[in-house]
Amino acid sequence: MTAVDDTAAGQDAGPAGRGARADRPADRAEACVIACAEAFRGDGEVLASPFGTIPAIGARLARHTFEPDLLLTDGEAHVVAGTWAIGAAPDGPVESWLPFSAVFDLLWSGKRHVMMTPAQVDAFGNANISAIGDHARPKAQLLGVRGAPGNAVSHPTSYWVARHSPRVFTKAVDMVCGVGWDSAAAAGPAATRYMALRRVVSNLASFDYDPASRRMRLLSVHPGVTVAEVVAATGFDLVIGDDVPVTREPTAEELRLIREVIDPGGARYAEVP
Amino acid sequence: MTADDVAGRLRSGMTVGIGGWGSRRKPMSLVRAILRSGLTGLTVVSYGGPDVGLLCAAGKVRKLVFGFVSLDSIPLDPHFRAARQQGRIEVAEYDEGMLKLGLQAAASRLPFLPTRAGLGSLVADTNPGLRTVTDPYGGEELIAMPALRLDAALVHMNRADERGNAQFLGPDPYFDDLFCAAADAAYVSCERVVPTAQLAAAAHPSTIRISRAHVTGVVEAPNGAHFTSCVPDYARDEAFQRAYAQAAADPQAWTAFRERFLDGSEDDYQAAITELAVTEGAR
Repeated sequence: MTAVDDTAAGQDAGPAGRGARADRPADRAEACVIACAEAFRGDGEVLASPFGTIPAIGARLARHTFEPDLLLTDGEAHVVAGTWAIGAAPDGPVESWLPFSAVFDLLWSGKRHVMMTPAQVDAFGNANISAIGDHARPKAQLLGVRGAPGNAVSHPTSYWVARHSPRVFTKAVDMVCGVGWDSAAAAGPAATRYMALRRVVSNLASFDYDPASRRMRLLSVHPGVTVAEVVAATGFDLVIGDDVPVTREPTAEELRLIREVIDPGGARYAEVP
Repeated sequence: MTADDVAGRLRSGMTVGIGGWGSRRKPMSLVRAILRSGLTGLTVVSYGGPDVGLLCAAGKVRKLVFGFVSLDSIPLDPHFRAARQQGRIEVAEYDEGMLKLGLQAAASRLPFLPTRAGLGSLVADTNPGLRTVTDPYGGEELIAMPALRLDAALVHMNRADERGNAQFLGPDPYFDDLFCAAADAAYVSCERVVPTAQLAAAAHPSTIRISRAHVTGVVEAPNGAHFTSCVPDYARDEAFQRAYAQAAADPQAWTAFRERFLDGSEDDYQAAITELAVTEGAR
């Protein structure tokens, strides 16, 4: 189907009858898309590697609008141009070949910004995707460390948490996969040299890190969320300024792109209902 | 060679590298031959998918050297999870880029390669043998990823000739060439063995990623990557993968799955999945 086929988009609308109409105000999932897109602002000509649906929508939106030089892959081995729908095949031409081996070369060169989805993240940005419990015999084995250690010490790294809770935003992660500021500092200058932890985006708010303390700082709350709610859902002390802004509203054009072009099927609501 | 010949060349306790990535182009017919064999105590090096889950479920694995285990469309492999959560296997967990460097070091006959990946992470905390190295030019302290020398490598390619030149026709070669070059003996299974001239005739020579110089034996194994993907020859068999994952639910379910699909020969396996597809299709 064409990306702006209203009929098809309407049929594929997400739960609760939320269709593709642009006159409905932005909802929470769409605020999260904007916060994820904003994480890539200013990146220029680097590979954006979003894990999760809402980061993927955000990265495509960012490239389509304010960050046109970003590179995106088809999820296999190709860098592709264009702006295509979640679940559909890319509509743009192949720009280059990027097999996994070349991804490592690219990420070690620094020309990448990853947004991963941790099971746990702490105040310094240590992130766990490997396992919960004891490493020798975990309570819950997850994916494994994947490329998180190399990512964090090589290029900009952000995280997306679809369900903000004290279990995820925890005092201490069970294993350090994505390296946090304190762990990197302890490992020495080779670890911190190219480190750039950028954003953490959750279904409640957006965060960066306080430059002085390197602790997670509340950057903005999504519309309808209070600072107190964020604090209550976070298992460690956040750095919070006097005046916490609200995550910016999507423009009318951004809302149209999200609803009619990038996610007409409403896949975002599977992550943030 | 046959898949069982390959299993016959392996020995219990060996370090075996398995090509592919996640649930993509895995040498599953060779893995199934190991399941049927008496081999035990293997150290497996893999960008893990159902190869790891099956070998864990069958009790073949002593130690896993890995960065992740995933079935792609099903994020976590329940057989691997069970083995870990029951403490049945030892692991060396590395950043997935470090695995590449370990294979590269082995292929280049180097003791290690330096990297930033792993610094400050569980990789440094949970691998007691892992050392750092100081840059002799600048002074930075980097991780020295040790060579991952393999006794044997098992990979599955789309095409190969009889001498072992092997070709991928899908989007990604993964690290199959490195696995072969890092191994004392490399066994390539493929969808079809073809005359050498047909390789370069089918696609650009850069797709003939593996040289016979690194290959010990070739097995023609049509549908040999099943149920993982082997595009363009075939996609992942998602229904079968779901059945495989669901068989982890309890020991009875696993026994039933094993008896139906895994206890016989490769021909029996292929017949059983064809029968399953016919039954499913008839519904």
